[in-house]
Amino acid sequence: MFMKGKRTLGLVAATSGLALTLAACGSSGDSDETDSSATAGGGSEASAGSATIWVTAGTDSVLEASIADWNSAGNGELEMQVFENDPYKQKLRTAVSAGEGPAIFSGWGGGGLAEYVNEGAVESLQAALDAEPELRDRIFPAVLSGGTVDGEIYGVPLNGVQPVVFYINQPVLDDAGVAVPTTWDELMAAVPVLQEAGVAPVSIGGASKWPYLMWIAYLTDRVGGPEVFDAVVAGEPDAWMDPAIIEAASMIQDLVEAGGFVDGFSAVDANQGAAEALVYTGKAAMQLQGAWAYSGTYLTAAEDFVTSGDMTWSTFPAVEGGAGDASNVTGNLSSYFSITADSTDEEKATATDWLLHGVMSDDYIDDLMDTGAVPPISGLEDKLAETSAPEWNEFVYSSAEDAGNFQLSWDQALDAVQADALLNNLEKVFLLEITPEEFAANLNEVAQQG
Amino acid sequence: MTVLATRRAAAKKYRVGPPASLSVPALVMFGFFAIVPLFIALGLSFTKWNGLGTPEWVGLDNWATVVTDSSIAHSIWLTVGLMVLSWIIQTPISMLLGVFLAGRERYREILAVIYFVPLLLSSAAIAIAWRNLLDPNFGLFSSGAIPFLDQNWLGDPNLAFITVTLIIAWQFIPFHTLLYQGGARQISQSMYEAAALDGAGRVRQFFSITVPQMKYTIVTSSMLMLVGALTYFDVIWILTQGGPGDATRILPLAMYQTGFVANQMGLASAIAVVLAVVGMTLSLTITRLSGFSRMESQAEGE
Repeated sequence: MFMKGKRTLGLVAATSGLALTLAACGSSGDSDETDSSATAGGGSEASAGSATIWVTAGTDSVLEASIADWNSAGNGELEMQVFENDPYKQKLRTAVSAGEGPAIFSGWGGGGLAEYVNEGAVESLQAALDAEPELRDRIFPAVLSGGTVDGEIYGVPLNGVQPVVFYINQPVLDDAGVAVPTTWDELMAAVPVLQEAGVAPVSIGGASKWPYLMWIAYLTDRVGGPEVFDAVVAGEPDAWMDPAIIEAASMIQDLVEAGGFVDGFSAVDANQGAAEALVYTGKAAMQLQGAWAYSGTYLTAAEDFVTSGDMTWSTFPAVEGGAGDASNVTGNLSSYFSITADSTDEEKATATDWLLHGVMSDDYIDDLMDTGAVPPISGLEDKLAETSAPEWNEFVYSSAEDAGNFQLSWDQALDAVQADALLNNLEKVFLLEITPEEFAANLNEVAQQG
Repeated sequence: MTVLATRRAAAKKYRVGPPASLSVPALVMFGFFAIVPLFIALGLSFTKWNGLGTPEWVGLDNWATVVTDSSIAHSIWLTVGLMVLSWIIQTPISMLLGVFLAGRERYREILAVIYFVPLLLSSAAIAIAWRNLLDPNFGLFSSGAIPFLDQNWLGDPNLAFITVTLIIAWQFIPFHTLLYQGGARQISQSMYEAAALDGAGRVRQFFSITVPQMKYTIVTSSMLMLVGALTYFDVIWILTQGGPGDATRILPLAMYQTGFVANQMGLASAIAVVLAVVGMTLSLTITRLSGFSRMESQAEGE
């Protein structure tokens, strides 16, 4: 997951937080207290129990409607708590570790989910989904794989799919006489032309670090194919030293040295919408960003720019001679709901029932599309054509469905230690402080320690 | 004799003060919220723990990392640099402003109100305001009207550290000015009158009377600055998140990132213990060296 928002904890808070999490750890495994309150409705009708849901903000309205329907239909008693993105991760970790987590929690799949699975904290959903294959098979396979650990399904998608795409200020490109670049060479050739025209070729929110990831992820895929990063995730020895990763890092440095990124890009804050502002104010021509920026920033901050048709979009350019298919995408697959292993059997039954029949039900999908999200469910082409922004939605939908490979954001795919090291070293690549070889070697060292 | 004895008894009584039992609630709170967590962190520093599951005993591994890891060494140097720079920048300015504002004229009081404004703002507000002012594309200087100021203040690894130091100085100088104002106001006017009769000029008066008379104010202020620099977090986190690269990643930020981003609670605890120990040692040393703990009054005739 790409980090949004910021935390302002002081030293004192952080130190006592360390202590508190330890204290919480001491009492792990006790969830008996919740049993007694839920015994009344038990017995044969297992699905009428209660369950709590923890989820990060963003999909609240859709979930609220779904939960209200579910509860009023007498299917059980669901209760939802919504959290901010960043504090949520820490709170969930502490609560689950203490055995006081919710029955259902949202996460981002990948390496983060795998950490919970490896600690035995998450319940498998494989059996329940195998029992209803028609529900399982309508989910995009790439998205379902983000919720899969070691061949077993632990998470089901709860919101839209968010590939990373190029957002383009079309009039700026037209004025400079540049066509939308479809290959890396065209992009590099466009850089001096756009500079001549007085605009920055590419905007990026470097101060937030995570926007850098999209470039290395796409370029590595285009140069070496998805296998390169798969090897990294699998923890194969010297996987980071793959020539494709070094080549991708040096292509990034070529673009930096050519002045491809906006002046002062390392201080542009992605969380404040400054990177998008550069594009819709015409100071920059293009931005590589996740699909969330469409409704999250562009539409809210510059509605005219979007609706007038000045904004266009495109896939990441192909790399000539590269092994990766140009249809491959990277991005956030979806958020996933999982069930904690510490829940009571009754909670698990209710939770599983809702995850299968409440989440991604027809009403749920309709509500989701009304918010501008594109659900990772096959067979929605007709419905998407009726939404308020059909072209955009169909572009996102087909990018995700037709993708030869959908690479989960690198920081999500990796464990936290490697993800942190990746962000720090990648930033130094963009700042030209380390060479591509050093980048690969540094990460290789971290991977081998783990 | 009796008079003397009574006096002594009275003095003794006075020195004893209120019963020690009154400090129990404070000690309990301090023990529970400061000492106990400190020891838990110390215990955690010998383990490997990702925040889930059970901490795994690894002995001195984390401490070996603290000593040998080059990025932690870099963070330590940055922290020391921040302490020293902060002191060098803040002390003279605060002292001069404080002495200036100690005067009772109306215009000085008006200026004081203006100077103290940053004191009223929260750290987060200060950081967000400065980050927007210094934005390389939409900020105050981005028009290029003054080329010298049109820099990538927070995005250039060579500039970011000094920029952050100056913003922190802007935030804390008002507080230290307030300390020095109080200190300067306590100096007896008769000393200045005597010095003036002896022919000492303003500069001579400042260095021979004002500065020595404010010795304890200087100690207090310096201690707060130096120990405070060990705990700066919020402003830097919002301004740069320790970046660009690791140019502003001081030790508290390194600790936070290690613990709560990379989920290496053991290593983060080791860093936390280092911070706590250095902070305590520093304040103890300063109080010892300066004789601050003896606390005798400096005012003439008492």
